[in-house]
Amino acid sequence: MNFILSDVQNGVMTLTLNRPERLNSFNDEMHRQLAEVLTQAERDESIRCLLITGAGRGFCAGQDLNDRNVDPSGDAPDLGASVENFYNPLVKRLAKLPKPVIAAVNGVAAGAGATLALGCDIVIAARSVNFVMSFSKLGLVPDCGGTWYLPRLAGHARAMGLALMGDKLSAEQALQWGMIWQVVDDEALNDTARQLATHFASQPTFGLGLVKKALFASETNTLDAQLDLERDYQRMAGRSEDYREGVSAFLAKRPAVFKGK
Amino acid sequence: MNELLISQNDRVLTLTLNRPQARNALNNALLEHIAQALESAQHDESVGAVVLTGNERFFAAGADLKEMANRDMPATLNDPRPQLWARIERFNKPLLAAVNGYALGAGCELAMLCDIVLAGDNARFGLPEITLGIMPGAGGTQRLIRSVGKALAYKMVLTGEAISAEQAQLAGLVAEVCPQALTLEYTKKLAARIAQHAPLALQAAKTALRQAHELSLSQGLQHERQLFTLLAATEDRQEGIAAFLEKRPAAFKGR
Repeated sequence: MNFILSDVQNGVMTLTLNRPERLNSFNDEMHRQLAEVLTQAERDESIRCLLITGAGRGFCAGQDLNDRNVDPSGDAPDLGASVENFYNPLVKRLAKLPKPVIAAVNGVAAGAGATLALGCDIVIAARSVNFVMSFSKLGLVPDCGGTWYLPRLAGHARAMGLALMGDKLSAEQALQWGMIWQVVDDEALNDTARQLATHFASQPTFGLGLVKKALFASETNTLDAQLDLERDYQRMAGRSEDYREGVSAFLAKRPAVFKGK
Repeated sequence: MNELLISQNDRVLTLTLNRPQARNALNNALLEHIAQALESAQHDESVGAVVLTGNERFFAAGADLKEMANRDMPATLNDPRPQLWARIERFNKPLLAAVNGYALGAGCELAMLCDIVLAGDNARFGLPEITLGIMPGAGGTQRLIRSVGKALAYKMVLTGEAISAEQAQLAGLVAEVCPQALTLEYTKKLAARIAQHAPLALQAAKTALRQAHELSLSQGLQHERQLFTLLAATEDRQEGIAAFLEKRPAAFKGR
């Protein structure tokens, strides 16, 4: 069964979470397939942008509870195992991927599905979508990066409210709070996301990768350390082919043709 | 193919491990090359400091297992390897390591033998010998614990698991973490800064620092003072202090 559809076109790899009858919730096999496809995204230099979306009416409903050991009379399950083996590597790999990652949130994003979406570099949501931090209602903790991304995206107070109450957050509200990049009408989602992804795939990918790395590093760096890092990255960016191309194109008043190197 | 590339820029000599097909595994021949290069650098007045490096993915991924597999106990007893390591360690000028990628087993031991390690953000340090049914045999258990302390040293040696550059820096194994693409450049810059200082002062300071792990504090202090006194008899000391007072760059002669 193909739980992850992947399609590469014009430098964009589109990953579609594909268990529509279960709102694309994760089971172990889906995680394994996703991990495999991510390896391709990491290795293939011709892929310069990653677009993640869901099949059917949901984006991702998080962990499929049917797939976990929830026998109330049995031994306590080790939920940390799936977090360690699947969710944590996934979040780290997306954050480390030196190319833009776009989430096109087409439908409900709940639990790990919501935190997964919020962890992408650019989040575009359909207007009818809700993000649901459902963890706390089951006695659990937001995983898949939730407790790290939420306070950074929404601020402490809103992160607390969202994570402790576990209620729905509309796409509009998420946009107003600055947690996501854009909200579009449902029927425009696909085109908007695709257009942006195609644009990114023509941009100076090496430089974009450094920008992404620098922004992540800023979460833990002091100003001094971050200034040093900017110096280092600028040094590297200045040696890229795309920077030379950008400058020549600017001076020659022609459009630049970036190779991503 | 030349398994050790040697190049010199001003007063900095760079030795590049170059066995990419073997992940820069340190066989006896390569250690011999390193030892020889350092011995001739020691007698070369134009060399102020040496940088040891590998490639972007591997500093050195260990010893040569094929070579090692053929050695039984008697052969291991009379192994020339400890002598090779001792010759490398005897080098008395500043020795810097620029580590990108894996520094495992003997590679990690070689990095730890260097005076200063700069690491690329992709670097990994580890002593996986235990996973092969052996243990570190070239300073791994001794130098590691002296730099990172008991907790991490035992964990690394007994699990065989590697640590990241960042962790290695926090633990004191690595002086600085750089973006991988800049590691070698920054290490050479640092080596160049060091190499402009008075050669005899560098040599004396290095000797004193090494003694810190050999002697008790009071013996070490005594030894430090002797070396300090020795420098008082050098021309470069006069030059160094005079240049500072006259606000000009010093011109050291190594005397």
